[in-house]
Amino acid sequence: MTPQTGEPAGGGALDTLPAEHRGRLMALAHEAAFPSTTRIFEEGDEADRFWIIRSGTVALDVHVPGRGRTVVETIGRGALLGWSWLCPPRHWHLGAESRGPVLAWEFDAAAVRSLCAERPDLGLALVTVVAETIGDRLRATRTRLLDLYGPPGSPEGGAGP
Amino acid sequence: MTLAPLPYRVVDRRDETHDTVTLSLEPAGEALGPFAPGQFAMMYAFGVGEVPVSVSRIPDGQRLTHTVRAVGAVTRALWTLRTGAWVGMRGPFGTCWDLAAARGNDLLVIAGGIGIAPLRPAIDAVLAEPHGYGRLNVLAGARSPADLLYRNEFPTWERPFSTVTVDRPDDDWTGRVGVVTTLLGEAHFTPADTTALVCGPEVMMRATARDLIHRGVRPDRVQVSLERNMRCATGHCGHCQLGPLLLCRDGPVVGYDRAEPLLSVREL
Ligand SMILES: Cc1cc2nc3c(=O)[nH]c(=O)nc-3n(C[C@H](O)[C@H](O)[C@H](O)COP(=O)(O)OP(=O)(O)OC[C@H]3O[C@@H](n4cnc5c(N)ncnc54)[C@H](O)[C@@H]3O)c2cc1C
Ligand code: FES
Repeated sequence: MTPQTGEPAGGGALDTLPAEHRGRLMALAHEAAFPSTTRIFEEGDEADRFWIIRSGTVALDVHVPGRGRTVVETIGRGALLGWSWLCPPRHWHLGAESRGPVLAWEFDAAAVRSLCAERPDLGLALVTVVAETIGDRLRATRTRLLDLYGPPGSPEGGAGP
Repeated sequence: MTLAPLPYRVVDRRDETHDTVTLSLEPAGEALGPFAPGQFAMMYAFGVGEVPVSVSRIPDGQRLTHTVRAVGAVTRALWTLRTGAWVGMRGPFGTCWDLAAARGNDLLVIAGGIGIAPLRPAIDAVLAEPHGYGRLNVLAGARSPADLLYRNEFPTWERPFSTVTVDRPDDDWTGRVGVVTTLLGEAHFTPADTTALVCGPEVMMRATARDLIHRGVRPDRVQVSLERNMRCATGHCGHCQLGPLLLCRDGPVVGYDRAEPLLSVREL
């Protein structure tokens, strides 16, 4: 199903866009459903799509030699899944897997980039949304680097009482 | 309120994690006055020292419940107390979670690490009066799955949403990974009619408050619990001063409209 023009992206990252921009973008979206533990994309593959999660949780992972896939973050309802499609080399930096059933709006990245080239005002608004998401995740990552919940004076923890 | 510590006996201890214990205490004689959610006691480990510790449950009667994480000399001494051991208690001290102001509102209870301990009595109070409040959401962050407190209680708080997220998952962890604010997008609340109770490390509380205000929650309805070193706990020594506030008296629970200008806000 293709959503109606102007239909909200389900509390999602695109909700802050002007209605007309959102409508144009949503006209390019279609529904995607991922059963539990579906590999949505793999690290290194071509980043030709992105998603707005409507329900469920997606785990982002990195392959660590000797340890296998290691989850670095989970994202849920309303979140933008994937931004590597925006800038060259357009390959995924992480893998993504559904944790339980996931419903999402799926966007074809090439079609969205063409729309952005055609409508620079829309392109700027969309890039701003993506930048906000990247900024949020960068702040979250820096917060985690602080290891706020670790034992005082021991950034790497491990020293029990 | 009493100025001299009253003797209490440890009647039960429950190891929550490798460094955190919940102690149940009963008075040897005279008991402290009733505590409200968010208030704290000064716990005296005999011969070691005295530290502020919030109530982590408010049972009926004279029993006190505190959850202590061992981080230094005094908390480590408290952490080692066995059933039958004695501890000196003063209190109750400080401001409480303003649940009266939250009546009818959706509630976000947001905790980081040991911060869930002072919030648990507030959750209990809300659950005891289900029609007094809107939707209850409990969001908690911890360092790792092994550091999660009160893990078995989360399912009973699911009305409509309670979940935990960890910074460092282990291989068996199938839950959420990331900072606690990433859960806000899934919580059920109407920002204009929401009260948030937030407790955790100061950086976490600042990031959470900023996110909530950005989403439209009123700053005065974001209640945070602030920590500073304390000594007298009665508003006399000035140890706990934060700007014009003495946190043992005017805190620890403060609206973010008052707290924000006092906290050193630097962008991460
Ligand atoms: C109002 C209030 C309520 C509290 N409630 C609880 C509670 O319910 N459970 C609990 O385990 N702890 C609680 N604390 C924190 C507790 O009081 C401190 O961990 C304790 O004072 C540390 O004393 P210590 O002698 O064990 O360690 P110290 O040797 O004094 O300190 C050990 C390390 O911990 C750091 N530290 C000390 N105090 C704090 C603090 N307040 N916040 C962050 N880091 C600190 C020090 O910088 C040092 O690195 C509360 C604090 C306040 C002010
Ligand atoms: S601890 Fe002495 S004034 Fe607050």
